[in-house]
Amino acid sequence: MHLPRFAPSRLVLTAALAAATAGAWAQSTEPVRVGLLSTLSGPGAGLGVDIRDGFQLAVKLNGGKLGGRPAEVIVADDQANPEVGRQTADRLIKRDKVDFMTGIVFSNVMLAVGTPTFASKTFYVSANAGPSQYAGEQCSPYFFSASYQNDNMHEAVGKTVTDKGFKRVALIAPNYPAGKDALTGFKRFYKGEIASETYTALNQLDYGAELSKLRATKPDAVYIFLPGGLGINFIKQFVGAGLSKDITLFGPGFSGDEDVIKAVGDPMLGMFNTSQWGHDMDNAANKKFVAEFEKEYGRLPTLYAAQGYDAARLMDAGVRDSKGKLDDKAAVKKALETAKFDSVRGAFKFNTNHFPIQDYYLRVITRDAKGRVTNRTLGTVFKNHADAYAANCKMPGL
Amino acid sequence: MVDSDNARTSLHHTLHLRAALPVFLVLLALPHITAALHAEFYVTLATRIAIFALAASSLNLILGFGGLVSFGHAAFVGAGAYTVGILMQHGTVPAAIAWPAAMLVSAGLACLIGFISLRTQGVYFIMITLAFAQMLYYLAVSLKTYGGDDGLPLAGRNTWAGIAPDDTALYYLALGALTLSLLFTQRLLNARFGQVLQGLRENPVRIQALGFPVLRTQLTAFTLAGAMAGLAGTLLANQGGFVSPSMMQWSQSGMLMVMVILGGVGHLYGGVLGAAAFLLLEEVLGHTTEHWQLGLGAMLLAVVLLAPRGLASLRSVWTRSQA
Amino acid sequence: MSGILLLEQALNGLQLGLMLFLLAAGLTLVFGIMDMVNLAHGSLYMVGAYLIATATQASGSFWWGLAAGVAGTALFGVLLEVSVLRRLYRRDHVTQVLGTFAILLMCNEAVRMIWGSQPLSLNPPAALSGPVELLPGFFYPAFRLLIIVVGLTTAVLLYLLVTRTRLGMQVRAGASNRDMALAMGTNVQRLFTAVFGLGAALCALAGGMLGPLLAVQVGMGESILILAFVVIVIGGIGSIRGALVGALLVGMVDSGGRTLLPMVFESLFGAALAADAAPAVASILIYVLMAAVLFFKPRGLFPAHG
Repeated sequence: MHLPRFAPSRLVLTAALAAATAGAWAQSTEPVRVGLLSTLSGPGAGLGVDIRDGFQLAVKLNGGKLGGRPAEVIVADDQANPEVGRQTADRLIKRDKVDFMTGIVFSNVMLAVGTPTFASKTFYVSANAGPSQYAGEQCSPYFFSASYQNDNMHEAVGKTVTDKGFKRVALIAPNYPAGKDALTGFKRFYKGEIASETYTALNQLDYGAELSKLRATKPDAVYIFLPGGLGINFIKQFVGAGLSKDITLFGPGFSGDEDVIKAVGDPMLGMFNTSQWGHDMDNAANKKFVAEFEKEYGRLPTLYAAQGYDAARLMDAGVRDSKGKLDDKAAVKKALETAKFDSVRGAFKFNTNHFPIQDYYLRVITRDAKGRVTNRTLGTVFKNHADAYAANCKMPGL
Repeated sequence: MVDSDNARTSLHHTLHLRAALPVFLVLLALPHITAALHAEFYVTLATRIAIFALAASSLNLILGFGGLVSFGHAAFVGAGAYTVGILMQHGTVPAAIAWPAAMLVSAGLACLIGFISLRTQGVYFIMITLAFAQMLYYLAVSLKTYGGDDGLPLAGRNTWAGIAPDDTALYYLALGALTLSLLFTQRLLNARFGQVLQGLRENPVRIQALGFPVLRTQLTAFTLAGAMAGLAGTLLANQGGFVSPSMMQWSQSGMLMVMVILGGVGHLYGGVLGAAAFLLLEEVLGHTTEHWQLGLGAMLLAVVLLAPRGLASLRSVWTRSQA
Repeated sequence: MSGILLLEQALNGLQLGLMLFLLAAGLTLVFGIMDMVNLAHGSLYMVGAYLIATATQASGSFWWGLAAGVAGTALFGVLLEVSVLRRLYRRDHVTQVLGTFAILLMCNEAVRMIWGSQPLSLNPPAALSGPVELLPGFFYPAFRLLIIVVGLTTAVLLYLLVTRTRLGMQVRAGASNRDMALAMGTNVQRLFTAVFGLGAALCALAGGMLGPLLAVQVGMGESILILAFVVIVIGGIGSIRGALVGALLVGMVDSGGRTLLPMVFESLFGAALAADAAPAVASILIYVLMAAVLFFKPRGLFPAHG
């Protein structure tokens, strides 16, 4: 058959096909840009460094790729300051044009960074911060939590304390919104008597007054939400005052994790805390994670590192299941919502507000077989626990 | 102690138009330049620099020209920002109401704090201004209705004749505010009031002996500086879209002081140069390493030891060394 | 309100005050004699705590760790003074603020680079890690008692140093009128170095005493630094006596305020408002105290100059 008449269109067709393949190939080798904005300086730096290390380990173990495409992780420091976080996020979104954001430790920074991130239609996978606003009324289709909702751990302790039969509990938290939310979460599940509810100052170093009050009111347990250095201060002084003999100490997971344990040491033995993860959890993904983390960084991973690791693997699943078409926001959203990946905490699935429905465990701080002071996971407090704010979330469209 | 660092031959200040005008024209054209280069992000950065330049310049008025080392200046910036935020929370959106209100609030606060603080001198003054700023900070943290430590997000930007400014428009607003403030400061300094103020920095005893009202002059300057800081605060709130107590922390005040000192205490453009240098340095270093604070500290120390009167004085140091 | 509670609070206030005194003494001397605003003073405290923590872990003994840490920090202080700070004496306060702020940034980051971002562990010696029974039914942590003892001893030793020795005489002369002291033949350079080294040692001692009670982490100096400045401003710059009185005052007000305020507020305003307002007021109480003192005595309680 005489084809010269169709040759030009065949040429065009071949060229078009070549271009399309080249485009797809270019897309598949174009890196996935992730903006990892975390607290890397100042007093809270230990937490941010852990998130970063966990995240980067996951990418490394994945061959430097996310969803089959090379990953470019841009690390930035928010200095635990909402204003700095906001303007750094601006840079990551507008100049570096990242495809995903992650990493923030503190809720107040998250609330400042969230608005412009969602407005620019960039997906945010949280490796720690889980403010109640984003679980409820201000929920966004672009926000996904690979960690927990802030209240959950407090709720888990509330239930544990009730189940263990403690009748009179003293509560201590700092006088700021997260502190008040923490105690509200605890009270949601605690059914006994509250011996005292004390709010401390955010800049407080010395807890002598609060300890005297504890000695006077004689509760059988005390629940503290004192993040970072505040918790370290309190626990050291609590044990030094001899109160740990008569009063059992409870805290949320992040007050009883490896970083605090390292700083306090032996005095922390016997403290209970709850978390959605423990480094001794018995599943394949976790065993690999803990072993690799220790090998790479020479220390046991904390909760923050585990969350950073999971955030990376969630992103990996998201990119993979949306076939790398990151411009198709609907596809990415669906891919993230239904992602199937081996989380280090075991079963993982999302609620309608993009917060996880997961199990929470009780941990106690004890000496392990190697003689180290660390957490031991005791049992399950909640199975498939959802947060209290999901009903308030009317998820808007993309 | 020798005070040669700030000895000046003239208390009269020029606008240095030969150097400043070209820079100003470039700044006017900036949004067009960045749009051509597809680098719109830099307009946001430039806006932020302009806002901090305004805040630093307002501090320069009292610190550089008045010799009043206020360690609580960020509180006035925060007060302006919070006024805007609170008004917007209650539904007041037009800039014509919100911005003057913010400036009034911060000016009023400055007047009150100044009235009590100006009874003291030297390091006592530094500490008492710090104390007041800390009180405001802790007050903001505990106000749960307005977000407390979580901060208060703004629904949008303040509107001008019903229209909310976009990033470029906000840039021009910030640039305009900065320019107007600098012009105002220059006229003020060259007028009798400014001469008295600077005289008080140089030799308070003599000025008082000559019969000029010390407290009234310093308090007026302090109030004006507070108002300008409040204006910076409104711009900051509009740009960031939220207000937070961290704006009022003493470390923010410290940062403003560092900017002023870096740029050149007592030079008209000291605040501008210092803010630009500091923020650009932070931006560049922050990219390079997580240990950027070490580099920043080293550079600041170098400035202290090598360019003792700040960056603005470098030109005169250079010309003098050539003579 | 029980007598035991009162007694406990009084002891807490005393202990906090004495620790603040250790920090404030060095700061007020440096300020009074060298007329230098030293924002890096908190960094010396931090370096001291870190060195003591490291030495304690290495040697296994708190006491050896304490000795090594204090000596090491004094040495560090002297080196810092000789190399950098010396150049700042003749400059005005504003420049000194910038210079010492730069050193503060560098110290924070250097400590982080050497020891990492996680807080360090520093625990009291086993013998002192629990409470002792002072009166029947009244228990008080043994380590805090040690702090009180150390604080009082240091105060007495400093008093003797300043009033009974030649060095102390020069220090007082320098604080009162530097130019005249110079004219009278004081070797200023050596005096300044010695004073700075002493200040650094006191900081380290405070770091070692407070380390077992507080978190040893980067930036721990900043929160303490503000308190120290408040103390010397209340007490009057250049005066050790002022530093002691100011420190005790701040310690008592801070401690007492946090115990008494909630009770007072509760009886006046009811429990709900008390829970909200009391901590907010407690956090600013010392600033209110300072403002009040300065209102009546604009140069502090015992100003050294003139």
